[in-house]
Amino acid sequence: MNAIASGFPILTVITVLPLVGAMIALLVGKHARGVALVTSFACLVIALLIWVSLPTDGSIGLVELHPWAPSLGVEYHLGVDGLGALMLLLSAIVTLMSVDASHRVHHMPGLFYSLILMLESGLFGTFTALNFFHWFLFWELSLIPAFFLIKLWGGPRRGPAATQFFVYTMAGSVALLLSFLAVFLSTGTKSSPGTMDFGILAAMSASGGLAQMVTAHMGAVMPWLAVGVLAGFAVKVPLVPFHTWLPAAYAEAPSPVTMLLTGAMSKMGVYGLLRIALPIFGPQIAAMRAPLLVLAVATIVMGAWAAAAQKDLKSVFAYSSVNHLGYCLLGIFALAVPVSGAAQQASQAAALNGVILQMFNHGLTAAAIFWFIAMIQFRTGGLRGIDDFGGLRKPAPVFAGLMGIVLFSSLGLPGLNSFVSEFLIFRGTFPLSWISATVSVLGLLVTAIVILTVIQKVFTGPVPERWVNFPDLHHSERIALAPVIVLMFIIGLAPRLILDTINPTVMHLLSHWRF
Amino acid sequence: MQDQAQVAAAVTGAIIGETLVLVPVVPMIASGAIALMKRDRRKTAARLAIGSLSFSFLYSLIAFVLVAMRPGLRVSTYSTWFVVGHTSVDLGWILDPLSAVMLVMVSFVGLLIFIYSVGYMAHDENFTRFFCFLSLFAGAMLGVVISNSLLLLFMCWEIVGLTSYLLIGFWYQKPSAAAAAKKAFVTTRVGDIFFFLGIVWLFSQTGTLLLYKGGGGAIEPTALALLLSQHAGLGLSAASAIALLIFAGAAGKSGQLPLHVWLPDAMEGPTPVSALIHAATMVAAGVYLVARVYPLMQIGAPAGGTTVALTVITWVGAATAVFAALIAVAQSDIKRILAYSTVSQLGYMMAGLGVGGVAVGMFHLITHAFFKALLFLGAGSVIHGCHEEQDIRRMGGLRADMPLTFITYTIGMLALCGFPIFFSGFWSKDAILEAAQHWSVAKVPFYMLVFGALLTAFYMTRQVCYVFLGYWRGHGTAHESPKIMTTPLAILAFFAMALGLIGTPAWPWFRDFLDGRTATFSWHGFAEPGLALLMLTSSLVVFLGLWLGWRLYGNKSPKPKEPDALEKSAPWLWAPLRDRLYVDELYGVTVVAFYKWWARVADWLDRRVWGGIVSLVAWVFALWARLNRLLDVNWVDGGFDKTCEELAEGGGLLASLQSGRVQNYLRILAVAVVALALVLIWSSRP
Amino acid sequence: MTTPLAGYLLVAALVFAIGLGGALTRRNAIIVLIGIELMLNAANLNLIAFWRYGPHPEALTGMMFAIFSIAVAAAEAAVGLGLVIAIYRQTNTTELDKIDRMKG
Repeated sequence: MNAIASGFPILTVITVLPLVGAMIALLVGKHARGVALVTSFACLVIALLIWVSLPTDGSIGLVELHPWAPSLGVEYHLGVDGLGALMLLLSAIVTLMSVDASHRVHHMPGLFYSLILMLESGLFGTFTALNFFHWFLFWELSLIPAFFLIKLWGGPRRGPAATQFFVYTMAGSVALLLSFLAVFLSTGTKSSPGTMDFGILAAMSASGGLAQMVTAHMGAVMPWLAVGVLAGFAVKVPLVPFHTWLPAAYAEAPSPVTMLLTGAMSKMGVYGLLRIALPIFGPQIAAMRAPLLVLAVATIVMGAWAAAAQKDLKSVFAYSSVNHLGYCLLGIFALAVPVSGAAQQASQAAALNGVILQMFNHGLTAAAIFWFIAMIQFRTGGLRGIDDFGGLRKPAPVFAGLMGIVLFSSLGLPGLNSFVSEFLIFRGTFPLSWISATVSVLGLLVTAIVILTVIQKVFTGPVPERWVNFPDLHHSERIALAPVIVLMFIIGLAPRLILDTINPTVMHLLSHWRF
Repeated sequence: MQDQAQVAAAVTGAIIGETLVLVPVVPMIASGAIALMKRDRRKTAARLAIGSLSFSFLYSLIAFVLVAMRPGLRVSTYSTWFVVGHTSVDLGWILDPLSAVMLVMVSFVGLLIFIYSVGYMAHDENFTRFFCFLSLFAGAMLGVVISNSLLLLFMCWEIVGLTSYLLIGFWYQKPSAAAAAKKAFVTTRVGDIFFFLGIVWLFSQTGTLLLYKGGGGAIEPTALALLLSQHAGLGLSAASAIALLIFAGAAGKSGQLPLHVWLPDAMEGPTPVSALIHAATMVAAGVYLVARVYPLMQIGAPAGGTTVALTVITWVGAATAVFAALIAVAQSDIKRILAYSTVSQLGYMMAGLGVGGVAVGMFHLITHAFFKALLFLGAGSVIHGCHEEQDIRRMGGLRADMPLTFITYTIGMLALCGFPIFFSGFWSKDAILEAAQHWSVAKVPFYMLVFGALLTAFYMTRQVCYVFLGYWRGHGTAHESPKIMTTPLAILAFFAMALGLIGTPAWPWFRDFLDGRTATFSWHGFAEPGLALLMLTSSLVVFLGLWLGWRLYGNKSPKPKEPDALEKSAPWLWAPLRDRLYVDELYGVTVVAFYKWWARVADWLDRRVWGGIVSLVAWVFALWARLNRLLDVNWVDGGFDKTCEELAEGGGLLASLQSGRVQNYLRILAVAVVALALVLIWSSRP
Repeated sequence: MTTPLAGYLLVAALVFAIGLGGALTRRNAIIVLIGIELMLNAANLNLIAFWRYGPHPEALTGMMFAIFSIAVAAAEAAVGLGLVIAIYRQTNTTELDKIDRMKG
């Protein structure tokens, strides 16, 4: 731990390691899965190491800072706090799950695993970078492997889905990039180039200097810059109505890739909101809080209800993901209010803790759900219509039981992980915006109906002739799933394991934000 | 001597209170162990479940005795679950008279039903899983009871809901069972989301969810005063609004109007489940919840008056009591009649809480738990004996075939009807009626409850006549159930009668126990003004109901296809009652239809509107691209091609000069030389 | 009694004209070569004449120039004839009109 503190570049290592693995995987072809497993496991170990060696006061630690292109204000600046480290952990877990779930990929396995590892590297890079240039590089870099993974291994309509996913996210990124260019140009003076460092920009924003500089250089465009940045993240999360790429992409991607898309990549957007949008554009976001809250509530409610109308299991859970990430958005937008007292600060702290925990919980649960769907597809030759099954509990009781646990986790059952985070989000949101919290509660109800309907249609009723021999979980599958499910119980019963590290970060973040 | 005993009791009480969490945890662990067991370890599973619950029962009993020895004992503990910001979220448990009496009831009734289930489920292939779920249920229910934190209570509450879902859908291959399970979960969750909001609100106002925290709890005077001083709109204080939200959760769980629809359908589950979860314990959790947070319900009441929350509770309870009793009159499924009866009795309990306070409602809860569990287990025995027949029109004459079941069932039925003096139901129901009679707001609930009592006596007489009297109309022959099932019946029957003794006006032990007083015996209890008249009236009402039932159904033995006696005399009344007053149908065309319609709207918005806008943007881009292509092909490309063409043509022209004939070149050279010479000569002229 | 310079020049011009006419009009490559040799010799004649009538007749520059020119002409004739033979072997003709491989 001291070795890490004394300047060992562990964040660089964790980012580069998957790239190295990707190279090797590309070369060894048939044994690529083994390479991917080893690499992603190693990354998980490093992520855990990072998690335990965070600074205890919640500030950003493990910093690596080197000049890169000083004339452009670009630095090689890495660092993580509780938020970043938790996301590293989540990415590592989800990648490992995804690699484990893809043992049925026989078409160009070398390339497949290498792309997965590249995606992992992109995620790590995004969650550790503290300079916009560097961060944006990885943000875009993660898009490329994702695009090819959908395009080459996806379902029948993968072409349009991949293109839509790519173009949509790209459009959001362009808006983001333009906003940051404006900020960069505005912060520059005759003697020095502008800055792209998140920390410096946040400090400038908190002191009010940033808005002044931008206004002096470009006129009253600050709100529009905030809109551009929000657009970039809104697409990624997604926020209604920027979500239409998602169902197609999630449904057409091969299930292991969907696990990564929903488990880790969707968190990039929420992470961006917390790391970039709120610290730098806090006052602007606070000014348009009401419409944003309306959109967040729409994301929750309409996402849940749209899930109710789907006939394809993957679409159901794609929309359900929209709904679950909607809670994150609700918490984030609700807490964007100028501080007016201790009670309110308590609410903000609860909401932010809930949001960060919810990111982790949703990643874990959604990835597990798509893992189960992958297993169903494998066992039935690719079927995944909600009406294609029935009574599977009879031939496959363990399968039904474990998937039931995961589904109830998604439903927010106490004792499992999601309940804690949803409770905290509502605890924080209710005093800050009781109307949006009250309407959003409908999402909890509708999600319950959706999930119970899935259970009812897939697992109960008489067993159709053709599923009488539906195979139950194999021994190896049980062993692979067990840690994930145990983790759900652990977080549900002892959320301290995560919250004790998150809470200092939350307090640190909140004390530096100005709305 | 007395003092020493009291001190000892207090110390032991503290120890027991601190470790009270074992009561729910042990069955939960047993449940987890059974879940990991192989399916054929039936005996081990049953032993583990019964053993763990026996432990809980004994532990509860010790706790109960200690509380009884030291009136007013309250041991509450808490520890930090996690910290967000500077707020700690605490969980804890509590030992006080309310939780102690509930603990003993739940674990005792649960234990009897566990034992009964060994016989009832003996031939089921999923026997082990059944005990796994039952144990989990028992653990979670005991958790609800001991919670000193609304959050912990809510968590256990939800797990109780989960086990209810799992057990209703236990025979999951029956589509109706799966649908009923889902309906139960969803309907209770409607209440739960209000409860959830109430919790969140309470937490954000008081900063804690602990009920008692040495003065700093959420339902202790400081916090309540704060809540009372805050306005929540519509003329309500925050306290009233939160109380109403919590009551909505309780209404969902306890099947109060308008969320009662799931409970009758829940009878799709195995009968022991109906007895344990949907009659004795879980459905009473709502009533218990209201009793638990009674200070919150009651705060702000003027002297001799009542609060908004309690008024609502009373009206809802009274309406539920009558509504469900009416429907029960015209049902023909033995378990459904009991289910509606349960809904109706839960209405009584709620009304009792509303008009009379914790002791009144809780007393009925306890007595009802015993006699309703008895009735359900009796019904299970009947169903078992009649080869899984549930239609009372296909039974009859079981008095002779199943004597033990008949006797115990009749005891349960008389207790439920409130037959005077010897049965517990009489005393507990009378307490409610007496409180309702003196209610300060209105007299109507009193009359409703009296009418409900009449209906109760009527429909129970009808049921007993159909099932046990007359002659056998079913298939095959009925047989008495094994000892393992009848023994619990006998025990429950004993308590269905004996429990009345602890709540008579002469020795109101139960009320004093809950209030933390030592009860004293005195005949003067009966001398309260109006009490004798009330007891007489209620007795008369019960007799009237019994007589009416006997008149219409006694020893008639109608054929299964034959219309009901009441149907013959009042068909206009019969049809709507038989069809459950069309509540399900009403929900079908309103709530369910709205849900489905809105799902389609959401999907349509997604595909057509949002997707449409995206398509439109894509289309505009495509159009732009096409326009660009047009420009490219006709202008840019055209220009380029033209240039190339001309170049080639020019090249050709020049190439034709390159004839390859040497002499041509020479000729041109010569001409050029001549021309050059001429120019030179010309230019060199002076 | 010497012949004036113009006489030599006239003879040289005449020879050059005959050579030029032969080179331009005849089809046979060998005749054309002969025409070219005539033109070269006309030039040689001019060189000698200008040397003899020039300001420094005692220097041998003109003579040297002419001798070099004759040597070059001989070499050229040899190469030219060699080329003509090579072309003849390829095309079986020495007629220049039929040899147009170098056409653009």
